[in-house]
Amino acid sequence: MRHILYRLKDRYHLGTPVFQRDDLCFVTVKRFELRAILTELRDVEGFTHLTLLTAVDWIEEQQFQLTYMVNNRVANLTLALRVMLDREDATGDTIHDLWPTAATYQRELREMFGITFPGSPRVDEEFILEGWTDLPPYRRDFDTLAYSQQTYNDRPGRVTHDPKTHMQKTLYADYPKGAK
Amino acid sequence: MTAFPNFEWVQIAYALLTLFIVINYGMVMTAVVRKIGARVGGRYGIPVWQNYVDLLKNIALRSKISHGVMYYLGPVFRLTGGVGLLMFVPTIYGSEWHQNFSYAGDLILALYFVFFGTLGMALGAGESGHPHSAIGVSRGLAQVTMAELPLALGVFALSLQYQTLDITEIVAAQQGSIFNWTVFTNPLATVAAMVAFVGTMMRSPFDVAMAPQEIPIGPPTEYHSSYLALMQTNRVLFPVAKTVIYMNLFFGGATSWAEFAIKVFCLYMISVVIGVVHPRFRVEQSIRFFLKWGLPIGVLSILVV
Amino acid sequence: MKDVDDKFLKNPDTEVPLREELRPRKVTTPDGQEIDIDPLRDYFCEAKPKVHPKAYSKIVEDFYNWARANSLWILGFGTGCGAIEMRPLMTPRFDAYRYGIQWRPTPRQANLLVISGYLSVKTLKRAIRAYEQMPQPKYVMGLGSCTINGGMYWDSYNTIKRLDDYLPVDMYVAGCMPRPEALLHGFMELKRVIKEGKGEGANLYAENFDQYKANQKAVIRDWDMPDYNW
Ligand code: SF4
Repeated sequence: MRHILYRLKDRYHLGTPVFQRDDLCFVTVKRFELRAILTELRDVEGFTHLTLLTAVDWIEEQQFQLTYMVNNRVANLTLALRVMLDREDATGDTIHDLWPTAATYQRELREMFGITFPGSPRVDEEFILEGWTDLPPYRRDFDTLAYSQQTYNDRPGRVTHDPKTHMQKTLYADYPKGAK
Repeated sequence: MTAFPNFEWVQIAYALLTLFIVINYGMVMTAVVRKIGARVGGRYGIPVWQNYVDLLKNIALRSKISHGVMYYLGPVFRLTGGVGLLMFVPTIYGSEWHQNFSYAGDLILALYFVFFGTLGMALGAGESGHPHSAIGVSRGLAQVTMAELPLALGVFALSLQYQTLDITEIVAAQQGSIFNWTVFTNPLATVAAMVAFVGTMMRSPFDVAMAPQEIPIGPPTEYHSSYLALMQTNRVLFPVAKTVIYMNLFFGGATSWAEFAIKVFCLYMISVVIGVVHPRFRVEQSIRFFLKWGLPIGVLSILVV
Repeated sequence: MKDVDDKFLKNPDTEVPLREELRPRKVTTPDGQEIDIDPLRDYFCEAKPKVHPKAYSKIVEDFYNWARANSLWILGFGTGCGAIEMRPLMTPRFDAYRYGIQWRPTPRQANLLVISGYLSVKTLKRAIRAYEQMPQPKYVMGLGSCTINGGMYWDSYNTIKRLDDYLPVDMYVAGCMPRPEALLHGFMELKRVIKEGKGEGANLYAENFDQYKANQKAVIRDWDMPDYNW
């Protein structure tokens, strides 16, 4: 894994790699180099499988983070590339021609986060939501609790217990163990 | 009345009585068979009167919807197929009461009635406009047609053997000893026809057209309430009627209700036993099966005769 | 309980445009005629549901109700986690068939719609269609706390919280998830209700049709089906 990164480091701008395990590593890359790196990983380094493409909403920094996770099945290595996008104009670069499955991920991101990928097939069609008119629901400024209270009727009589105090009251006084 | 010798009006009443008995017999028998199946699987199984309750429930439903005239006629045709089959075959040989109109019809008519219901159903289900019905019907028709081939051949062999098409006479020729039965006098024709029998009983390996787990239930997708009740009646009547034909043609007929009940039950169990141990065939598989095995045996049986 | 900060306001309801193939339009037939088609109107009948009276005599109605109770045909339609718990009912261990309960593959032949768990808005649309296609009298059973008050999906943006706002429910089975035993008990209770002649959900639906439709349309934003699918 490390020597792959060394090889890439010479030609691309890589951030500090974060090793979760020996065979799982996260690294931040520049957006304009993403395509080149992915292609090289796929064709030269044997990372043939796109495990996942997902997003994180860093609302405080006004950024979206896209995570492209690719996997080398032969060597059992997983490498995740992180790309930061501007939250205001949330537009990513489509990679559906590298991995056709990416088109589905991109449709989902378009619907759930509102990140669009121009050129990706059927990206503007509905994916799982039907007739959704509000903010994309996975954005962090979308408040699901408030939304559901304003949309669906409650049945009165619902109580919520804090698990910790409830456990202490009903089962063991010294929960969690050794707290007292 | 001259057209039919020895016709008497009271025979209609007798025939209706036969029908009544056979329907009830069929209701209880199918329930018992299902129960046996459940017991084999370690379940308790349905109560034996469940068929009656279902029937009653379906009649008691309050709303129905129609898709046009043929939609009505579908189940009616189907039931006619069953009733007609029963009516023109002597249910109990030698009995004044239950020989029905067998003198008026012969084997060819019976063969026709076997097919009649399915055809009617095809028209009705087509009218219901549901794509699943159309798919189910075309599958069912293809399969029934194929299954019918060995039966027809077996029957021809039989009529050659006995030199008649009259069912009563065929039964008469088989009386006396168990070895006069066609099973022993003409085993090949019997085997050919039994292949068709298992194939048209709408039980497992050959029930892909009707099975609830397949493309939702096939032809009857749109049928409900009273229509469904009619079809249910037919579902219990038709197998019995068909079994009666086989019993008459190959297993010596029946001379009393007890013999009738036992023989029909045993014959029915043949298809059930085959059904529980075999997975379901797809249509093209079963067609191939009939062509490969049923057809040659049928041809062979004719040649042998 | 209220949301802690309710600064968030949902979008005021904007109309969702009808899908293209469902819009009324003009088409030219193969032989050159121009005809107007309206897919939502042409293929469906728009009559509202009727309230069906009971049988005239009480004895007959009781007898019918007994038959209905002993021949519950369930529509094989599973939503949420509960669809998993229905399967064991067919197995030797629980064997629901001995109570006259069967699964039917088409709504036309079913009497009982079991909503087996959370219902997202998208599934609700299908559930309503299935329910409306069942012949009367029909019953609805809600499984699990999700159908009662939202259960653990109480703050989800996409699942309804009270099933009885949208469909007339005859019986709830509580639990998350109710065990098959609880389900069987629910069926027995439902039978009791039907035998007492109280299983009139379909008539309730017909009587309060406008109310139910208003509720349904409030959450199903892209209403692309006729008002009553029968
Ligand atoms: S009540 Fe519980 S088990 Fe049932 S659907 Fe809801 S979350 Fe799932």
